[in-house]
Amino acid sequence: MSTIKLRANAKDGVTTVKALVSHPMETGTRKDSKTGEKIPAHFIQEVVCTHNGKAVMTGNLGAAISKNPYFSFSFNGGAAGDKVGLSWVDNKGEKDSDETDVK
Amino acid sequence: MNSMKRRIFLKGTLATGALGVAAGTGLLSPRRVLAAWSKEAFEAKDVNSALSSLLGSSDLTASDKVKIKAPDIAENGAVVPVSVSTDMEGVESINIVVEKNPNPMTANFVLGTGAIANVSTRIKMGKTSSVLAVVKAGGKLYSTGKEVKVTIGGCGG
Repeated sequence: MSTIKLRANAKDGVTTVKALVSHPMETGTRKDSKTGEKIPAHFIQEVVCTHNGKAVMTGNLGAAISKNPYFSFSFNGGAAGDKVGLSWVDNKGEKDSDETDVK
Repeated sequence: MNSMKRRIFLKGTLATGALGVAAGTGLLSPRRVLAAWSKEAFEAKDVNSALSSLLGSSDLTASDKVKIKAPDIAENGAVVPVSVSTDMEGVESINIVVEKNPNPMTANFVLGTGAIANVSTRIKMGKTSSVLAVVKAGGKLYSTGKEVKVTIGGCGG
């Protein structure tokens, strides 16, 4: 199952993209309450939002983004049926991407 | 003669093949450039060094054109909604910096063609701190800060 929930809505020539990603976003400073050992850092470093294959927004993120991050972007243009995509890569090299139609 | 023609034909296909590959990598490389995640900036311990290593300067001009939306009091520091927007022209990037987090640099959004300078996300805050919205426009940095009170920290524990 995809880790990304993606919505894109066009209104008055502006497309708004909302995305929710399931990701632990571990900072690397938290300790396991049972063992007292540090939980290794595991967080998304980069998200890219595309419109018909062209990058409209690139986010470089630190570990201080909340668990299961939420992002909202908007861009000029875009019409119903256009493709909007979102992809992410984390510090372990894991990645995922999803694509949706603009409504 | 016939074999000569074939040789030319083969050469031709090989050449276009190579061109195709070149175009392919060419298309990919701008994305790679954008993808340069700065370890130095995101692991910096103070605001100034984070900003200078990521944006080339830490010289901030306060501007009320940069709008930040964040709660006055965040009950849970693990989830603090933050929105940054501006109506400035030529915005290159929008950055969110939390002054008192162990690593202040939180997010750096680089705007592509057509992107509107308006982003929202949710961040973690260790303790009460000023959250800075830094907008890079025309090579200069403009910022607005907002104090967010945190009752339960979002880091550690």
